Amino acid sequence: MSHPQHAHAHADAQVDAHGHDHGAAHGSLRSHLIGYALSLVLTFLSFGAVMGRVLTPRAGLALIVALCVTQLLVQLVFFLHLGPRKGQRGNTAIFACTVFLIAIVVSGSLWVMHNANLNMMPMQSVPAGAGAGR
Amino acid sequence: MTTTTLKLRGDAAAPPPGAAPDAHAHDAAPDHDHAHHAHQTESTLKLGFWIYLMSDCLIFASLFATFGVLLNGTAGGPTGRELFDLRFVLGETMLLLTSSLTFGVAMLKLHEGRDGQGKPRAVIRWLVLTFALGAAFVCMEVYEFRELLHEGAGPNRSAYLSAFFMLVGTHGLHVSAGLLWIIVMVNQVQVFGLDAVVRRRLACLSLFWHFLDLVWIFVFTVVYLREFL
Repeated sequence: MSHPQHAHAHADAQVDAHGHDHGAAHGSLRSHLIGYALSLVLTFLSFGAVMGRVLTPRAGLALIVALCVTQLLVQLVFFLHLGPRKGQRGNTAIFACTVFLIAIVVSGSLWVMHNANLNMMPMQSVPAGAGAGR
Repeated sequence: MTTTTLKLRGDAAAPPPGAAPDAHAHDAAPDHDHAHHAHQTESTLKLGFWIYLMSDCLIFASLFATFGVLLNGTAGGPTGRELFDLRFVLGETMLLLTSSLTFGVAMLKLHEGRDGQGKPRAVIRWLVLTFALGAAFVCMEVYEFRELLHEGAGPNRSAYLSAFFMLVGTHGLHVSAGLLWIIVMVNQVQVFGLDAVVRRRLACLSLFWHFLDLVWIFVFTVVYLREFL
């Protein structure tokens, strides 16, 4: 993880020397290639784990979600140049806020609807076929 | 034409690259206050675009939530497992991921060359390559949708499929809008060269394009891979 940081710092120094402040808006070719390579590896791991059928559904779900979030972070850092440094901080804070909202919207919807489904079950018409035995 | 003349005069006065004041909007004399003002406007505009992207995130979040709620609403119709082909989805993913890299390279070409003035022809070349990859992605998606409709698994078949078409279709529409934007920007680079306004627009488009790749990571994980666990 230290190399890309160096690359970033280097790119920034260069930019400052030129006297313009596109700063964090673009990295170096090196950081883009590292991001691309990491994304490729993570994508292949996800598809490989599912297509190889080596895991139980529960473990598989945990794995692909973890790989998905890792790839999200990789692309945020290497492609969108989010980070704690000055100039990126504003965007990063807004992003964190959005993630918070998304977590509420998604987990809230799933939780509420899951409970609604559970509690409404007796009221629902049972699909044809599933209710044949009763 | 006026823009070009203004830009040439700006070049003759040799303002520091990148800090060059907004050539489209006003005279390009190297006025310090003006440059500072233009810089502030630019960062405000980028912040505004970022906030737009985050609100787009919320649209996708609500579509993902809808999809999650309707996962089991197949109404006796086909499930995703019977419909999807993971190798096909892997192909789509490769196209979009690679297009993200090529766009990144195009953005790097913007700051290469003498005094970081950029290489317009190289920028256009990488943008065209990005366009080709994105177009191939959209074509694959259209093909997939056609196949599904052909099998009678259209959005009217079940709640699950409605949510699927809504979510993946919205992403596809975003990519199509991005493709249109790339065409416009290639044209602008040809006409205006790499001036401050074109650079800023390209920076926004770059954010947009990378953002679409981010959303796709969640699409292939939640919509496609999860079906085959």
